[in-house]
Amino acid sequence: MDMYRAHVLVCCGTGCTSSKSPQIIDSMEKLLAENGLETEVKVVKTGCFGLCARGPIVVVYPEGIMYTHVDLSDVKEIVEEHFLKGRVVKRLVASDEDSAEIAHSIQNLGFFKKQMRIALRNCGMINPENIDEYIAHDGYAALGKCLTAMTPQEVIDEVSKSQLRGRGGAGFPTGRKWSFAAQSKGDIKYVCCNADEGDPGAFMDRSILEGDPHSVLEAMAIAGYAIGSNQGYIYIRAEYPIAVERLRIAIAQAKEYGLLGNNIFGTDFSFDIELRLGAGAFVCGEETALMVSIEGNRGEPRTRPPFPAVKGLWGKPTILNNVETYANIPMILLKGADWFTTIGTEKSKGTKVFALGGKINNTGLVEVPMGTTLREIIEEIGGGIPHGKKFKAAQTGGPSGGCIPAELIDTPIDYDSLTAIGAMMGSGGLIVMDEDNCMVDIAKFFLEFTVDESCGKCSPCRIGTKRMHEILEKITKGQGELSDIDKLEDLCNTIKIAALCGLGQTAPNPILSTLRYFKQEYLEHIVNKRCPAGVCKDLLSYIIMPDQCKGCGICAKQCPVGAISGEKKSAHVIDQSKCIKCGVCMSKCPFKAIKR
Amino acid sequence: MSEQQVQGFNGTKEQEARLLAVLGKNKDVRGSIIPILHEAQDIYGYLPLEVQKIISKHTGVPLAEIYGIVSFYAQFSTQPKGKYKIGVCLGTACYVKGSGEILEKIKKILNIDVGACTTDGKFSLDATRCIGACGLAPVITINDDVYGRLSADDIEGILAKY
Repeated sequence: MDMYRAHVLVCCGTGCTSSKSPQIIDSMEKLLAENGLETEVKVVKTGCFGLCARGPIVVVYPEGIMYTHVDLSDVKEIVEEHFLKGRVVKRLVASDEDSAEIAHSIQNLGFFKKQMRIALRNCGMINPENIDEYIAHDGYAALGKCLTAMTPQEVIDEVSKSQLRGRGGAGFPTGRKWSFAAQSKGDIKYVCCNADEGDPGAFMDRSILEGDPHSVLEAMAIAGYAIGSNQGYIYIRAEYPIAVERLRIAIAQAKEYGLLGNNIFGTDFSFDIELRLGAGAFVCGEETALMVSIEGNRGEPRTRPPFPAVKGLWGKPTILNNVETYANIPMILLKGADWFTTIGTEKSKGTKVFALGGKINNTGLVEVPMGTTLREIIEEIGGGIPHGKKFKAAQTGGPSGGCIPAELIDTPIDYDSLTAIGAMMGSGGLIVMDEDNCMVDIAKFFLEFTVDESCGKCSPCRIGTKRMHEILEKITKGQGELSDIDKLEDLCNTIKIAALCGLGQTAPNPILSTLRYFKQEYLEHIVNKRCPAGVCKDLLSYIIMPDQCKGCGICAKQCPVGAISGEKKSAHVIDQSKCIKCGVCMSKCPFKAIKR
Repeated sequence: MSEQQVQGFNGTKEQEARLLAVLGKNKDVRGSIIPILHEAQDIYGYLPLEVQKIISKHTGVPLAEIYGIVSFYAQFSTQPKGKYKIGVCLGTACYVKGSGEILEKIKKILNIDVGACTTDGKFSLDATRCIGACGLAPVITINDDVYGRLSADDIEGILAKY
């Protein structure tokens, strides 16, 4: 094996790839060769490091120096300074915002300090397109252990004992799901993986598949052994081309190594995995709809029971788990359930991956032990809110979830405490909102999503979500009435009970939770016809404060519709009938004389 | 589907041969309609009725059922797309960072609505679901190029590159 004195890890997740990280690799390799360093320094293409906000990211080992915002033009300097002369390029090294010192290892960064990586253990550590690197990190050891030293029942018992709960959102105990499917009679059974990550703002599963695809394949084979299945399907969004490509490579490599296919590890266990691409339907993340879609039909959900563990794909017993759930499995079987249960809270064991997004400095991917508070995630890991704005709420669970208001920022994050405050764990999207976000507008945004994505099979969802959206539209246009709030609550409660599947049953959540914590904001829209956050355009007006206006005329020149008039050196006025509320005048006024 | 589009279909023999190869490859695969439609859309750029008819004929799946699938899934289009396909991400992370304004700006510059194509066939515009590049929000894609951390003022310059 070749020995190198340094390894350069370059993130090639979707975020960094979009910022040209593949070109950085090419240029780095070329420049290393030009300097005769190609046998001393190895460039490795990896999955996501998590700190997407500062991509493209390049990490140099053995030191663990993390370079951020690396531009193609910086590569020459890194090669010549760092690798040739041994001098760290300080201006590119990641540091915490509040610290003048540069971090000498990524472990010292605030972003990583509070994190604990189980599901993401290999993301940003190994080359996802090279099975040898996965194997070198104990890859496929858990599968080997299961096949050669454990009975299927022992595997299920260990997973049950770990108290692992489904990471897709609902939090159903994984071990119980597996044992139902194992008990179901039938010679053919299926293992499915839900990689149809549809919640807007959530990209945990994509990053795992891009950074560590083999961990999911290994776990699916383990599940197959546990329940007695020989065939797996991964249902993945077609919107994730990089993840699809890496899964294809991983499946081919695993087959070549005999880790998928016939007689794995020389036993009589055989297991194969096929990929199925979604085609842009959010409802296909619902388990019954997903299976109907794999079968090649319109992805409409069906009633349960029978549950998939009894009658699933093509009428056979099937288990369906989410990507992140699978990513935990190999570690649980290698290190044992007793180790896993030391992490987390009483009823939520282990860690959870969150996709931090919205109004936060360190947007990206984080994995924390269950029970970490929202404050720790936002302030310590996330680095707070940009531009010194005030934290208003965090939204979890996407269109099925709710929001956590600022006064509950110390809530420990686990399944039960989130449900108790009317939010939900969801798949892991965590969108941070500041004082400039309007909560009625956010509820409307999610309802627009569910109206669009409702499959139309059941009327509570098809018609109900539409009606709720119309009411919200009315309120944001300043035509709301007080009775609308009662109507909304009424509709919400009915749809929750009556809708056929999870999509409809949870569609009212964004409204219910914003009504619970931000009712005052709804009332402002309805009674005072005012949007406190200044988002709802129909409720806005821009006014020039006569005492602050110096009459410079800049606003009048900038106004795209000529709505501002006034004499030079005297106060200007905005003609409200012409104003289109674009806000240009306010942003250009040098004296801050324009208010909305 | 309007008469005009049916007349407008001009698939080549070469495209049809590729489609037939895809159909042959998937002959015995269970539940293969969706993968076939994906490949057919790659070949033709969209899925007009003519293409659906060929698929129906060779798979034995009724045309009505195929049309039902095509119209159900957002990624399948019965309309031709532009040479440059613009996608504006309206995922939550992009939305709270102002992707709505960016969409409005593009609509105004190109003078088309979401789902439509400019008359010269150069640009088509779609509002997409979250593409998972939330770290770069707000994001737009033009074919395979991704533009991130945008403001509405950047749009004109980006479109001018095409």
